[in-house]
Amino acid sequence: MTAAVEGSPSLRMTRARRNALLQSEPVQGLALISPTFIYALILLVLPILVVIAHSFWTQHYLTIDRTFTLENYRVALTEPIYRDLLWRSLYISLTVSLLTVLLAYPIAYFISFHGGRHKSLWLFLITIPFWTSYLLRVMSWKVILGYNGVLNSGLMGLGVIDEPSTALLYNSSAVIITLTHAWAAFAILPIFVSLEKVDRTLVEAATDLGDGPLRSFLRVTLPLSAPGIISASLIVMIPTVGDYVTPKLVGGKDGVMIANAIQAQFGKASNWPLGAALSVTTMLVVTLMAGATVLIIRALQRLAR
Amino acid sequence: MPEQPQILRPQSDRSMIEIKNVTRSYGAFKALDDASLTIREGEFFSLLGPSGCGKTTLLRMIAGFDNPTSGSISVGGQPMEGIPANRRPTNMVFQSYAIFPHLNVEQNVAYGLKRLKLQGGEEKRRVEEALAQVSLTGLGKRLATELSGGQRQRVALARALVMRPKVLLLDEPLSALDKKLREQMQVELRRLQQAVGITFVLVTHDQYEALAMSDRIAVMFGGRIAQVASPKEIYQRPVTRQVADFLGGMNFVKAQIVEEDGASLVVDTLGFGRIKTDKPKAFVRNGGGATLGIRPERLRVLWDNATAKFEVAGKVVERHYFGEITHLIVEIPGLEKPLSVTETNDFGADDIPVGTSIRLAYDPEALVAMAD
Repeated sequence: MTAAVEGSPSLRMTRARRNALLQSEPVQGLALISPTFIYALILLVLPILVVIAHSFWTQHYLTIDRTFTLENYRVALTEPIYRDLLWRSLYISLTVSLLTVLLAYPIAYFISFHGGRHKSLWLFLITIPFWTSYLLRVMSWKVILGYNGVLNSGLMGLGVIDEPSTALLYNSSAVIITLTHAWAAFAILPIFVSLEKVDRTLVEAATDLGDGPLRSFLRVTLPLSAPGIISASLIVMIPTVGDYVTPKLVGGKDGVMIANAIQAQFGKASNWPLGAALSVTTMLVVTLMAGATVLIIRALQRLAR
Repeated sequence: MPEQPQILRPQSDRSMIEIKNVTRSYGAFKALDDASLTIREGEFFSLLGPSGCGKTTLLRMIAGFDNPTSGSISVGGQPMEGIPANRRPTNMVFQSYAIFPHLNVEQNVAYGLKRLKLQGGEEKRRVEEALAQVSLTGLGKRLATELSGGQRQRVALARALVMRPKVLLLDEPLSALDKKLREQMQVELRRLQQAVGITFVLVTHDQYEALAMSDRIAVMFGGRIAQVASPKEIYQRPVTRQVADFLGGMNFVKAQIVEEDGASLVVDTLGFGRIKTDKPKAFVRNGGGATLGIRPERLRVLWDNATAKFEVAGKVVERHYFGEITHLIVEIPGLEKPLSVTETNDFGADDIPVGTSIRLAYDPEALVAMAD
């Protein structure tokens, strides 16, 4: 044995083993992702753990009582105000994701199937709204929907209404309209990608087997683009449940959402544990809703067969 | 296993597809240029040509995925103008097979039947029958992603056949399969066509595939149909050098026309001397010259003292071994290019040393005159 002749066999063995370990694929992979992984751990997982911990504690003015309690969850789940806010948030985010997907699908379809050589130009145009800040875009909806806003003056000019409608701004509809517009691009892109992946020969094959344009769309294109629809719905649904700025600016008192209540608990009301309990509850509910959405779309996809 | 008797269907003379003066242009480029063709009922017809010759364009126009710029196409006596692909009596087997990935084999095959709303288990029965026709019985529940290339091809075939079309269109259906499977599928496709009696139109760039399967072949170049004939005639009596070249090796010999009448030509050649040959229908005289062609396997090595009525003498300059055959390149005094000779190896052609003087026998019938 060469190792024995050259002495210190155990040292050589460990070094060889260490090198082999360092060169193994999983280890190299972990090494590669570790900087971002550690970053994510510190900035995502730790805060969530802190929030979860707080949700089981109690606030006494400036100090926090660290004895375990479920009181915060009792309040979060039974107080009518929080229940209503949570329901409203879910309703708004569901409606927004449904509307966004419905509006985004034709656009994505058009770009993918009829964009021709200009596909990237179309996608580029879709990103243009992102060149301005989100706040400005929400503000401009205020201008459009307001009492003396563009929509009201336009409708009055056309003689559709006699006096400005107050039903447009400061309610949940205003929040829904604004959010639907704001998240459109995030829905268009995943749907576009999944439509791009649909093999055009499959549509031809469906036509060849007797399907008209609508039938081949419903039986082939739509089911095959389901992954895009799922990700678009989730991308829109999950963040909009917790949206805070939009209801604050255009929601008025009827458009307040759960995030505004959570912000109030961490801010003015200075009740961190209750805010934390509300956050955790919201997170759990969103997870359930997202899971349910995936299951429903999958079931619909199977029905299309 | 006893050899199954091959049932040859009597060829019908009724036409199934009429293609009249069809042109398809993309701007200044003509993918198809004034093509006219009649495909008969129950025929296995192949469109053969190199890529870009317009064969797929023609097939797609029959299917309805593309429309002629001018000219007309009719299928089963019915003009196809203005009839969309989904209402044509044709079905297609796509080159990529286009199996629906979200459906299993049964659902794929039943795809076109769903719309017909068949009663009382008829749909299931027809699906079973189609799967049996392509030997896929029992695989109905498999997902498309769980199939091999050959199986996917069979699903595509079953899916089209189950519709009982007047015409089955096949767009390079065998090109994605490996050699062995391809040869097996050639036999199966031919057998299937004979069994169902549907008109098959096959697009291919593989001359052996076309020769092995077809009743008739149309050879196409640059958007034009060069020749339409039976495999044997296409191979043995090509009308142009291009057709001759595309269908395998051919020795070309320059000739001078001495005499010409309606049916025959008398030409003088260096090497082969004076030859009388059939004049091809499409022969257009272009000055006093012509080209004669002879296939390498129609030249035979004369051993020892054997003699033949017609022979040429030359010297072997190259030898290439291909297992069952040997290619000999033989220089003939007076010919500008040496002749290529294919000889089976059962008599020892693989042992003829380079440099040997040999004599080659030929049949003047095998020398075909061609337009340049």
